[in-house]
Formats: sequence, C-alpha cells, structure tokens
Amino acid sequence: MQVYDMPDERGHFGPYGGVFVAETLIEALEELRVMYERYRHDPEFLAEFAYDLKHFVGRPSPIYYAQRLSEKIGGARIYFKREDLNHTGAHKVNNTVGQALLAKRMGKPRVIAETGAGQHGVATATIAARLGLECVVYMGSEDVKRQAPNVYRMKLLGATVVPVESGSKTLKDALNEAMRDWVTNVADTFYIIGTVAGPHPYPMMVRDFQSVIGIEAKQQMQEMIGRQPDAVIACVGGGSNAMGIFYPYIDEESVKLIGVEAAGYGIETGKHAAPLTANSPVGVLHGNRTYLMQDKNGQIVETHSVSAGLDYPGVGPEHAWLKDIHRAEYVAVTDDEAMNAFHTMCRTEGIIPALESSHAIAYAMKLAATMSPEKVLLVNLSGRGDKDINTVARLSGIEL
Amino acid sequence: MSRIQSTFAALAQQKKKALIPYITAGDPHPKHTVNLMHALVDSGANMIELGIPFSDPMADGPVIQRASERALAHHVGLSDVLQMVRTFREKDTMTPVILMGYANPVEAMGIENFADQAKTAGVDGVLTVDYPPEECGEFVALLKSRELDPIFLLSPTTEASRIDTIVQQASGFVYYVSLKGVTGSQNLDIAQVTERLLGIRGKTSLPIGVGFGVRDAETARQVAEIADAIVVGSRMVQEIENSSEQELLGNLAALTSELRAAIDSN
Ligand SMILES: Cc1ncc(COP(=O)(O)O)c(C=O)c1O
Repeated sequence: MQVYDMPDERGHFGPYGGVFVAETLIEALEELRVMYERYRHDPEFLAEFAYDLKHFVGRPSPIYYAQRLSEKIGGARIYFKREDLNHTGAHKVNNTVGQALLAKRMGKPRVIAETGAGQHGVATATIAARLGLECVVYMGSEDVKRQAPNVYRMKLLGATVVPVESGSKTLKDALNEAMRDWVTNVADTFYIIGTVAGPHPYPMMVRDFQSVIGIEAKQQMQEMIGRQPDAVIACVGGGSNAMGIFYPYIDEESVKLIGVEAAGYGIETGKHAAPLTANSPVGVLHGNRTYLMQDKNGQIVETHSVSAGLDYPGVGPEHAWLKDIHRAEYVAVTDDEAMNAFHTMCRTEGIIPALESSHAIAYAMKLAATMSPEKVLLVNLSGRGDKDINTVARLSGIEL
Repeated sequence: MSRIQSTFAALAQQKKKALIPYITAGDPHPKHTVNLMHALVDSGANMIELGIPFSDPMADGPVIQRASERALAHHVGLSDVLQMVRTFREKDTMTPVILMGYANPVEAMGIENFADQAKTAGVDGVLTVDYPPEECGEFVALLKSRELDPIFLLSPTTEASRIDTIVQQASGFVYYVSLKGVTGSQNLDIAQVTERLLGIRGKTSLPIGVGFGVRDAETARQVAEIADAIVVGSRMVQEIENSSEQELLGNLAALTSELRAAIDSN
C-alpha cells in the first residue's frame, strides 16, 4: 500500500518546495504542470518513454554484486545499481528522455538546459539530437574550463554551449541563466532541468522520471537475493539519482535510505557542498524552498567539491523533507575519501566510477565495515568516471 | 493614506505621471547611494525603487546583475540597505521608497524582523520578485499590518483570473512587466502594453506602473500616456556603470531630468 504521498498540488514537501519565481514564469510553469499531469499516467506517453529507456538508453541497468570489494572490506555485501552503463554514462539521461518527450508533446521545438559537470548537458544534447530539437546548454565558464571533453561532446551532438560569466560562474549561475532564457523564450522553449530542484513541477517530475531506477532495483534485488537491501545509498548533489532510487523504497520502512553529500575539504572548513549534513539555514533559491548554503545576509555562498556534479549550494526540496521526517539520513564524505573510493573501485572491481558516485561508494565502504556479511547495501552507481579522468590525473600530479 | 497612495493622489491632481527610477543599493559604492537617491528626487523622480543586492538575481538581465555584483563586492547586505533608507529619511520625508529584491535575503533576516525594520527605516513598499502571492500570504499580512505596501508584478502572460488574485493582495500600485524576459531586455511593444493595461484597469483601481523595457525618453513618454508610473531600471544602472565617480550624480540627474521632461511633454 502506498502511504507516502508528496508533494501537495502546489509542489510543497511539508515546508519545502513550492513555486518561488517571478510572475513572468508563472504561466509557463502552470502550462508545464497541466501538461505533465495530463501525460504522467497516459499509457501512450509511458509506453514511448519505456521504449526509449529500453532501446535508446539500454535499460534495465543491471545490478552487480561487488564481491571482491565486499570481501576486501569484510563486512556487509555491496551491490551496485549500474546507472553508469546507461547511454551517455549516467542516470541523467532517464530524466532528459522523459522531459524531451514531453517537450515534443507540447510542440516546443527548442530545449535548454543547465549543466555543471556536463553530464546533464550531454544527456540533453543527446536526446535533442535524437528528437530533432534545437538545444542550448548553459554552463558556468569555470565548468566549461574544467569539463572540456563534455563541452566538445555537446557540440558534436549539435548543441550550442553558452558559457555563463555571472556570479560564481558555476552550476547555480548556469541555472539562473537558463531561467532567464526561459522567461524570454517561453513560447517555443522547454527548459529541461537536470535534478530534483527548481520550481514545481520539476522536483516531482524529475523524481518520477528517475524512479525507474528504484522500481527496477526492487524487482532485481528480489530476483537476485530474494529480499530487499538493508540500506540504499546514493550521492546527493541536487538529488535526482538519490530520489530516483529512494522513491520506490520510501514505504519500505525496513530499508534505510542514506544520501551522501560532498563534504569537500571538510564540513568544518565551510568549503563543502553539503547543506543537509551541515544543517544550513532554510531559504529560497531557484524556485523552491530548501536547505541552502548562505551567509548571514542571505547571499548564496560558493561551494566546493572535487566533483562538479555535487557542487551545488542547495538540495532538492524532497530531500529536505525526508531529512526532517527522518525517513532518510544524510551524511557527507570529503574529497579525499571520495578519491580513495574512486581508486579502490577501479582496481578492485574494474569499474571507473564518476566522482559523484564515488562519494556514495566511500560511505558504503565505511558503513559496510561496521556490518556483518548477512547485511546487504545497495549503492546507486550513478555514472561512469570517464569524464573525470582529467581531474583525477591532475589531482595525482599527472599531465594527460 | 500611505506615502505611495498620497503621492499618486497628488500627481493625479496635477495630471502628472510618476517617474520611478531604480538603482541597486550599494552600486557603484555604498557611500553614493543616499546621495544618488536625493539627486534623483531633485531632478524629477517621484518615488525611488531601491534594489536589494542578491547573489542570484534570476529575473534580472546582465546590467542589473552587474549592479548586484558591484554592491556585493562591498558586502552590502539588507541591514545596510535599510540603514541607507534611514539616512535618506533624515532629509526626505516625502518621497516613497520601494525596496525591490529577492526572497532569500528577506527570509535570512526573518520576515517579521524585516517588516519591523523596514517600517522604522521609512520604507513604503516592498516588491519581492520571487514571492508570487500563493507563497507569501504571511509576509503580505506582516507588511500590511505595518502599513507597508506589498507591490506585485503582473506579466504579459498573467491570466485574467490570476490578475484578480494578485490585485486583491496588492496595495500601493501594481507593477506591469512590459515584456517577456528579464530586466533590461529590448524595448517594449507599446501597442501590446496599451491593450494589456486596459484589461488590468478593468479589474483594479490601483495605479499601474510599467517597467522592464523602458530604455529611453521617447519610450518613457509613450508609456506615460497609458500608465500611472514609469519605472526605469536598467537604463539608470547603465548610466551608473558608465559614469566616473565625479560624473555620477550629474549624469544620473541629467538622465532623470530628461525622462521627467519627456513624461511631462504629453
Ligand atoms: C554521475 C552523476 N551522479 C550524480 C550527479 C549529481 O546529481 P543528482 O544529485 O541530481 O543525482 C551528477 C551530476 O552531474 C552526475 O553526473
């Protein structure tokens, strides 16, 4: 029986979420809300979505038992949900396929997106190419420099990448700029947001599209080991891969849900991207109310994580709610811990994980060590690390 | 009667329209803001819209974004902005001041604390860009109980039924955003604005201000034929950006006088 029923009709998860945008965007969001309500249970739409997930993305993604890693740690058994095996190399594409199909249904010939690491930008450019939509991706100019290979991938796919020079020149500023584009071009443009943030209906809609991860996992775990895991672990930037795997488990109270944020140089240094773990004040940014890293004047502060995809000062409002009701637990691991996990994963399992996902792996390794081998941890391996090899090499003092 | 209401009433008697220049508090430097406000009034402004700097001004174009960045480089926070209004009030007790900003700095101060402090500082109206009426019932009540006017935006895409909801919450005046886009976009389309304003007038007796696309004196003149107030933002800020410290007050005063003359020439 489904008990959990969030958000309310205006997108509130308890005190979080909502629609905090200028009047100029209200009508566009209302149109989107109505269209999404129309199609979210529409068999034809869902069939088309399922078809693309299967034939274009390559779903279902497998579950993999990391035997050597588990034995090396000598504690709980660690399983991975292999979102890294998706087309374009991360979970992001599940959501872009869903939103792009909606854009097509709404007759919008142009899609825009924000991107940090470039994964969501690549996933958007990919589906735009597949559907013949014009695609513009906003990316902080700092990230354009840090993620050059992904910038080139987007261009190969026919997208225009616009470097954003305002503010801190990172993901949050890219989101601001995409919103500005959207208000200006609402008539022909669909804004594909890449995570469970933004104004309603985005947090709900992105969660719904990503929940294919958890729906598959539940069935696969049953088939593989005859039961559900003791805990499900996922990294949290905005929180879309985590919501995707958590959501179908929310009513299964015996399954712990653990979100892993980026502690950067350490929570105590202030240079991190972990608003939930650090108990940051609640505030309003990018259309929703949530925990938010800010100074005493309410200005959003610069965040730090080695992983560009987690480098965001806010977090999806549903995570804020799950934290408050104690349905999910939020922890953080540092850059160093994530890097260690990254290298261990490469050498022990033959899998190069994304630096974002390495945060979840790092925490799973710590937690597994405190548990017995009868226990099972399911980790969302949200993406592959090919995009990160330049960063890792640089941190290891190697010039590629 | 609030200071905003009495200003509109007095202007209506003189058959004049209100000129409301916008500047960002602390731009280009906090030491200039109060002087700038006085200079604007002396050269023909009827009210001042004072922007609260914010790190993520989602509804603003590049010109006003840069104004926020310049102010934030001097760490201008909301309490500093309120202090500027307090100082302005030492010499000017007549001209309404409207704060325009985003929700987060206000929430960081605490909405009730903000309402109290805004009142004692001498603020008259508050426009919180990313607070649509559905999300700010409590805030609006706090403002109204202190006789501060909550100012709301109406946009070219606002549905008729929604206009009803908004004008019920608003007081002082309503602010019609004259184009689809961010502040400082291309010039507005006067025919379209005229038609929309007729629709809004059918639903409220509140004065209507028009802004977001008034880039020059001629546009200001055209808008003055149909609106009760003309808000000029990016053009003002651009003038600040292009002026040296020595020229600053003179240039802003000259621009304001030019706009005033254009508006009054109808
Ligand atoms: C592989 C991967 N995992 C996780 C994330 C973080 O996003 P979210 O928290 O929305 O899953 C990103 C974002 O770029 C990513 O590329």
